[in-house]
Amino acid sequence: MATQHSRSAARLMMAPAVILLLGWMLVPLLMTLYFSFKQYLPMRGDSFERGLEWVGFENYVRFIGSSSFWPSVQATLLIVGGVLVITVILGILLAILLDQPIWGQGIVRILVIAPFFVMPTVSALVWKNMMMDPVNGMLSYVWRFFGATPVSWLSDASVESIILIVSWQWLPFATLILLTAIQSLDSEQLEAAEMDGAPVLSRFFYIVLPHLGRAITIVILIQTIFLLSIFAEIFVTTGGSFGTRTLTYLIFQRVVDSQNIGLGSAGGVYAIILANIVAIFLMRIVGKNLDR
Amino acid sequence: MGRITLDKVTKAFGEVEVIPPLDLTIEDGEFVVFVGPSGCGKSTLLRLIAGLEDVTGGQIRIDGKDATAVPPAKRGLAMVFQSYALYPHMSVRKNIAFPLRMAGLDKAEQDRRVKNAADVLNLTDYLDRRPGQLSGGQRQRVAIGRAIVREPAAFLFDEPLSNLDAALRVGMRLEISELHERLKTTMIYVTHDQVEAMTMADKIVVLRAGHIEQVGSPLELYREPRNLFVAGFIGSPRMNLIDGEEARKRDAATIGVRPEHITPSPDTGTWKGRVGVAEHLGSDTFFHVHIDGRSEPVTVRAGGEVAMHHGDTIYLTPDEERIHRFDGKGLRIA
Ligand SMILES: Nc1ncnc2c1ncn2[C@@H]1O[C@H](COP(=O)(O)OP(=O)(O)OP(=O)(O)O)[C@@H](O)[C@H]1O
Ligand SMILES: [Mg+2]
Repeated sequence: MATQHSRSAARLMMAPAVILLLGWMLVPLLMTLYFSFKQYLPMRGDSFERGLEWVGFENYVRFIGSSSFWPSVQATLLIVGGVLVITVILGILLAILLDQPIWGQGIVRILVIAPFFVMPTVSALVWKNMMMDPVNGMLSYVWRFFGATPVSWLSDASVESIILIVSWQWLPFATLILLTAIQSLDSEQLEAAEMDGAPVLSRFFYIVLPHLGRAITIVILIQTIFLLSIFAEIFVTTGGSFGTRTLTYLIFQRVVDSQNIGLGSAGGVYAIILANIVAIFLMRIVGKNLDR
Repeated sequence: MGRITLDKVTKAFGEVEVIPPLDLTIEDGEFVVFVGPSGCGKSTLLRLIAGLEDVTGGQIRIDGKDATAVPPAKRGLAMVFQSYALYPHMSVRKNIAFPLRMAGLDKAEQDRRVKNAADVLNLTDYLDRRPGQLSGGQRQRVAIGRAIVREPAAFLFDEPLSNLDAALRVGMRLEISELHERLKTTMIYVTHDQVEAMTMADKIVVLRAGHIEQVGSPLELYREPRNLFVAGFIGSPRMNLIDGEEARKRDAATIGVRPEHITPSPDTGTWKGRVGVAEHLGSDTFFHVHIDGRSEPVTVRAGGEVAMHHGDTIYLTPDEERIHRFDGKGLRIA
């Protein structure tokens, strides 16, 4: 696209796609904003045709003033953070393991990736009924085998359970990205470090980990975007009780259970703001790591 | 100290034996060059000495002590890799200090040694840069710096100059030679460039398919190559190898004459031929001469400004004293 002419032609050609995309994103966003300033309770007979009452910032104040708001932000950050820590650490260890020449490497790799292909609803149901059930779950058998009382996971250790389930789903993704990064490490660098007298652990911390820095930031960034909106795992298991009500789940309850669209929309705007705060934080770190 | 002895060392990758039983002694302070064609096992041999590969059989001794099972870090050797293998996320200073840090030296001593190495290698201005911000030659020097700070018993170089351009290569060649003069530490240097081998070595080891073909000083190899392979490998341009009638006249299966031991003349001489390609280098001219009844041209060195051109008739007189004779098995006839 070197000349003036070809550049304006290109703009013209791209315009329909750009306009479509823009509309696609802007319309829902604007509608959310619009509803968040309205009182909209369909069960009480509010509707578009009759006109919605303008209530200013009342929805915002009510959403943030509700006793479940701050706990939900806390739960969101706790779950996202927990999953990130587990997937990154285990992902690195698994990637190192998978990088070793082992028998049946191809099959092992496919097995490791498998959880990623399972739908969130299905995997949550499997965990709930087959693994964590206090009576019939696999874990309860393990506990009983060692003479301990089985834990009723989803009520007594609810947040931890959700973190476990979601980590199980996202570990393959982290492992895969980190594995490709490890494979791109020049083996001569490790040999040089070995000759320089660095034992295995030092080689890991001084050579392998810095090499993985970039891949780790990418894993964190992409996972955060998806983890902020996990829903099915909570819906299927705890239904938002026992301290697992995340911001996403709270919004869902406001809109669907309480049938308050205006209040839910205000929550949606808060969620956008929270996501952006997290994104700015991450971009700072990523920017620092990607600039090299 | 750095006397390295290889005793019947063998190496096999699976079924393939890359190094058949091999004996070699490298004296303390020597500059030894391993040369040979690609894939002959030079790097493998060096990595065996470094400890980066396990030997399949035999023994490696360093200063008389069995080092066969000693891990690389404990052998007291330093290696410079072909790809430099610098740590990309560390500054030059940190790169050079890395082995000292691993050895647990205190900060002041680390700084002192890094500064010394940087002075020797002209790296003082670059200490705070990352390897990615250096030129090829500078990276090479950092790699050497990282090796010398450890004060190793011996240096191992694996084709350290092959990524540099021709001019820089000559410069670095001199620098490494000077470094050897100054440190007087054993150096083992792998290359496939026979000019590097001839100019730098105290002792050249010529390898072919894992076998040692000959060991000796550059001039020994030049004057008395033990067989046809060494004769063809050492010397630039290559020695002319002639068989048939001319060889039989001198009681040999093959005779070898170096281009610089043949006198060309426009009118008289032993062999008559026609000038093919002429390469004018300024200081020298190399003629590729087609002799009647022979398919391979004979290379001849003449003075820089000889007035002979493509297609001219030329007469060649070999220096009979300096003709190398080889028997049917390719071995030198004394
Ligand atoms: N890890 C390995 N597994 C199997 N075979 C190997 C391995 N490393 C080297 N070889 C084989 O050993 C032989 C010697 O390899 P080496 O790298 O020592 O050659 P080289 O003399 O250094 O060649 P070059 O000049 O091209 O670097 C080659 O035939 C190579 O294919
Ligand atoms: Mg090699």
